[in-house]
Amino acid sequence: MRGWKWLGIACLALVVLALAGPSDAQQCPKGKLRIYTSWPMQGAMIPEGTGMKNGVDMAVAEAGGVVAGYCLEVVNLDDASPLTGKWDGAVEAENANKAVADPLAIVYIGTYNSGAAKVSIPINNRAHMAQITPANTYPGLTKKRGAAPGEPEIYRPMGFVNYFRVPPADDIQGAVGAKWAKKLGHKKVFILHDQELYGKGIADVFDATAKRIGLQVMGNEGIDYKQPDQKPVLTKVRATGADLVYMGGVVDTGGPIVLRQMKDVGLVAPRTKFIGPDGFYEDEVLKGATCDAVMAVEMRMTFASLPFENMKGLGATTYQTYKQKYGKEPTSYALYSVEAARIAIDGIKRAAPDIEKARELKDKREAVRKAIAATKNFDGLNGKWGFDENGDTTLETMSGFKVVKDNNPIGCKFQFESVLD
Amino acid sequence: MDWYEVLVQQTINGLTRGSVFALVALGYTMVYGIIELINFAHGDVFMLGLFVSLTYFTLLGMAKTLHGWELLTVLPLVFLATMLTTGLVNVTVDRLAYRPLRHAFRLAPLITAIGVSFMIENLALIWQGPAPVPYPDIFPSIDILREWFGVESLIFLTTKDLLVVGATIPLMIGLQYFITRTTWGKAMRATAQDRETALAMGIDVEKTILLTFFVGGALAGAAGLIQGLYYNIGQWYIGYQAGLRAFTAAVLGGIGNMPGAALGGLLIGFLSAWSDQYISARWTNAIVFSILILVLVFRPHGLLGERTPEKL
Repeated sequence: MRGWKWLGIACLALVVLALAGPSDAQQCPKGKLRIYTSWPMQGAMIPEGTGMKNGVDMAVAEAGGVVAGYCLEVVNLDDASPLTGKWDGAVEAENANKAVADPLAIVYIGTYNSGAAKVSIPINNRAHMAQITPANTYPGLTKKRGAAPGEPEIYRPMGFVNYFRVPPADDIQGAVGAKWAKKLGHKKVFILHDQELYGKGIADVFDATAKRIGLQVMGNEGIDYKQPDQKPVLTKVRATGADLVYMGGVVDTGGPIVLRQMKDVGLVAPRTKFIGPDGFYEDEVLKGATCDAVMAVEMRMTFASLPFENMKGLGATTYQTYKQKYGKEPTSYALYSVEAARIAIDGIKRAAPDIEKARELKDKREAVRKAIAATKNFDGLNGKWGFDENGDTTLETMSGFKVVKDNNPIGCKFQFESVLD
Repeated sequence: MDWYEVLVQQTINGLTRGSVFALVALGYTMVYGIIELINFAHGDVFMLGLFVSLTYFTLLGMAKTLHGWELLTVLPLVFLATMLTTGLVNVTVDRLAYRPLRHAFRLAPLITAIGVSFMIENLALIWQGPAPVPYPDIFPSIDILREWFGVESLIFLTTKDLLVVGATIPLMIGLQYFITRTTWGKAMRATAQDRETALAMGIDVEKTILLTFFVGGALAGAAGLIQGLYYNIGQWYIGYQAGLRAFTAAVLGGIGNMPGAALGGLLIGFLSAWSDQYISARWTNAIVFSILILVLVFRPHGLLGERTPEKL
């Protein structure tokens, strides 16, 4: 019996040794740092979530996994609740707390949903941890325009900016959308949204801009997207005689249903057309709504960046590398994730001397936060940019897409139409 | 559009929406009437009906707009096959999940039903994926007023609208006949009234319960098929919302009462369509439930429900 026990312990020891692998002391003279990521990795979000994860992994691999003597580790967390398959504030809070409690955690990259960011920003703020988002676009997270009362200060309990975003905020996308609608010759707009932070936020900015530039707003209505029948709402739109439906939403909050049923109630081009934000920039929208219906309303969409194919310089090489590495097109926010991780790595590099000097964990994180906040003239995907005093990008390039017929299995695709500003 | 055109159009929308609610509500009410179980999984069986029928159409190579004889043969065939499948699914659910708890305290099967609902939803998620699934225009959509009668009107009344009503009414009448006239229907009503006495009278109670689940599931399947044909899009979670609305309809009409469920379904259909038009879509749920509460305050047993003595 005794012999067996020892054998068991020996085996266990072997396994532990095998797991630990060769000592990595030589590659990481200064030790390890961890980058935490947090966004949904379930349900309809699996493709986008994976694309974003790939983006971060790619940027870390570019650096060889080492920055200024520190080895980088990426910890991917999922902020969706298994019950609903959607982002969940409680799960996001748990993720942020997990990151803050890890003495090796240095930067937090996330989230996808602006609502989730509302939860994690203050938690990271108290810990002096920099948070970089590749996807949040709700204005109130960083600035007063398009924000609710008290925003964005309520997310900064320590009084400094620790939250930085790579994509331009929605106030710009909603405003650009409204200007585009006017340029396309629309006069009467009916605005729909999914009653979520992203959808409603963008719809309200569209609403305000539309009124300012002289478009007639026939209505601004939140729909119940869990109801697969939107005919009554669309009948109401038709009764107002609107020539454009603008909808704020994402792929699984009713957009495909609205697009599918517009035709059924007689809302078709040339009388009535459709414009949406980049929450609809997914093939699933075209599949779910069918190309037939989408093209009947001449669907157009604003996108808070240039299309991958139209990017130049670093953007173009990043796009090619991504495609080669993962064997498929990047998802909407995958390249922004590359950018976010590059910003983080650049910040860590510049902060390295201070990290070394720092005694306390919060001073290490503070050094990185300061370095990221000071990012200027960064060589990004769409040209040189930096962060303004709110933590927002100084770049405001956007593009307009239109759905056109195509020979792919779906039958149509989003095609770049024009640069918007 | 003039105000009366809007009203007529929204009433048509409400009628079609309500018809689907009514079909789903019937299954809720039947099962409740017999074993006093709120079968939360019922809405999800409805959702399965949509995907099952889509699968049958695809298997038959008929996932396209059908005409003439194809329509007359394929559509009833798929209707039957779908109803049979979802009926059997519902029976299986009862066998596996509810029957072992038949004599447990009443909360046990209720919680089980919630669990079954989650299971079916997630199975559908694995099966059909997370994104909305397109349902082809199998039933031809013809603008009746314009193309058949040559009336220039802004009101759309299509053959699809007729299909919804035309398929729902015979199903309801058939069910009513089945419940009131046939031996099996009488057995069901007897079981609903008093299970022990029914047993003493020689009624096979378990078989009757099985039959109830089968008929309820079949109706939900038919509703799912109609939903697919009419709204042309489906997603794994639609059963939850439909189930909630249908359950509300059953309570509104008086739970356990068949004509009540049908009436409740139609009422909720009209109310929600009108509310979408005249108030605001974001208030629709609040309004539907406020009316439910008002009705229950003044008629606790629902619109058509009868006051029954508490069973001991």
